[in-house]
Amino acid sequence: MKWKYVTPLLLLAALAAAPQFLPRFHTYILAIVLLTGLLATSLNLAIGFGGIYQFHHAVFYGVGAYGTALVLTRTQLPAPVGLMAGPVAAAALSLVMGVICVRLSKLYFGMLQISLGSLVWATVYRWYSFTGGDNGIPGVPVPGWIASSESAYYYTLAVTTLSMLALYRIVGSPFGKVLQGIRDNPVRSDAIGIDVKAHKLTALVIAGFFGGVAGSLFVVIDTSVFPDMMFWTYSLEVLIMCLLGGMYTFFGPLVGSSILVLLRTYVSIHIPYWHLCLGIILTLVIVFLPEGVLGYAARRFRPKEGRLA
Amino acid sequence: MGLSRTTILFIVSSGLSLILGVLRIPNIAHGSLYMIGAFSAYSVISFLGGGGFAFWAAMVVAPLIVAAIGFVMERGFFSYLYEREHLMLLLLTFSFALIIGDLVKILWGTEYRSITAPGFMQGSAEVFGLPIPYYNLFLLLVGPVIAVFLWLVVNRTKIGKISRAAAVDAEMVSAVGINVGWVFAFTFVLGCFLAGLGGALIAPMTSISLGMDHSLIMEAFLIVIMGGLGNIWGALLGSLIFGLAQSLGILAWPQFGIVFPYLAVVVVLTFRPKGLLRSAW
Repeated sequence: MKWKYVTPLLLLAALAAAPQFLPRFHTYILAIVLLTGLLATSLNLAIGFGGIYQFHHAVFYGVGAYGTALVLTRTQLPAPVGLMAGPVAAAALSLVMGVICVRLSKLYFGMLQISLGSLVWATVYRWYSFTGGDNGIPGVPVPGWIASSESAYYYTLAVTTLSMLALYRIVGSPFGKVLQGIRDNPVRSDAIGIDVKAHKLTALVIAGFFGGVAGSLFVVIDTSVFPDMMFWTYSLEVLIMCLLGGMYTFFGPLVGSSILVLLRTYVSIHIPYWHLCLGIILTLVIVFLPEGVLGYAARRFRPKEGRLA
Repeated sequence: MGLSRTTILFIVSSGLSLILGVLRIPNIAHGSLYMIGAFSAYSVISFLGGGGFAFWAAMVVAPLIVAAIGFVMERGFFSYLYEREHLMLLLLTFSFALIIGDLVKILWGTEYRSITAPGFMQGSAEVFGLPIPYYNLFLLLVGPVIAVFLWLVVNRTKIGKISRAAAVDAEMVSAVGINVGWVFAFTFVLGCFLAGLGGALIAPMTSISLGMDHSLIMEAFLIVIMGGLGNIWGALLGSLIFGLAQSLGILAWPQFGIVFPYLAVVVVLTFRPKGLLRSAW
């Protein structure tokens, strides 16, 4: 076995053992950390590896959650269908929004995406008879095999691990390499015969799908959904997670989201001004640590690789 | 009602447009500055004990406070970071928005505040058989004045011309011996002043509350993008379309009224991806 697998496997073992030692609340927080990590990693596929200004990623998270919650509460379809419906709906929405936005670049892309996303948010926020409006949908009937907090945790751990593996393979695949080429030099990529738009669109759909997976996991863990999940400020928070961990590394967003979710949980207990703390942390990161925690660590502790890259 | 809110939207988004067009900073903290403007206006008026003089004082002092905060932000942070990507600048301004949001909560508390327009602006006039409050008429007067003033500053003064040149090529402008840093600072402070003015002007019309920044900043951004970055008339046109879509939408379908402005933006950007009017970029 290669050495580079040791750390992830040890981490996985620790995560698998965690619910045996931790009280219920901490198991819940750990599950939130995992699914938020998946959300941030899926965003990073678009923004870190694709260079696409995906400003409103939380919409796919929200649609994934609402898709799952609506199928589970309003239809008699079997539960696995519901769990898949969210991610598929998110991917479909991502395709539609992508087709509209993909020809724009940078800031214009981001703003059109925000306005399309806000359209979805406003609809969900106001459609009381279908989505529950600003109350959301509390008490989603989660199927028995993932109803207990422990089994929900293990389900989240399994799905997150598989999704992260899939994303890791995608980033390392020829498709992933082409995507990074497009990020670094779109004009040249176009000139050597790469279909830039098709690649970007594919990346968007994949990112949307896994964002939706994170959303459907949230339903399993929290058994509720609410429209704030897809408000634009949350999208920016997920962006901060990517930035904090390191945008040009694969595991950076996971690290960033773990830091933020844990900080938010424990800081909010003691002081009511979480946003103030977040703002200060973010300012410090942007000014002093623009490549993020993992990016900094990679440069600091592996100077040779850093020089090559 | 619709038109006077449009005026506020125009004042705030023209400031945002100026900053975005010249400095290329997508300033999310702009909405927070607007909120500070509203709260400062409240404080000035309650400090001076109401009346006409307090009102006018608030309309001048509140934007100046906001402009001073903008000056600190620009000189303290942005002036070192112009070379960074847009994404970094966007997130930096978002962090300021978060910090300001909580500072306002600490300074002014979480209760709703309200101020009333001075006596001579209360009451309403009959226009086409509809009662329109004097204050709204006043706002309708202020909007065009600001638009013309901004146009004069940007197109007819030296600093306006320099700032337009700097928007196109800052390096070249500094190469001919102009201190671009101070031109940028001036533009940023002017933009912030407009945000504060917008906040102070809307104060007598609505309740002043935390969270008024979130809804406004998104609208202002969409207006700027719709109108064309850095274009004053674009901001005006964008605000008109946005405000119109909002009020017509609420009339036509009350439940989904808030959807229509976003729909308008989507339609405009689908057919004119770079905005309605020529942008500075």
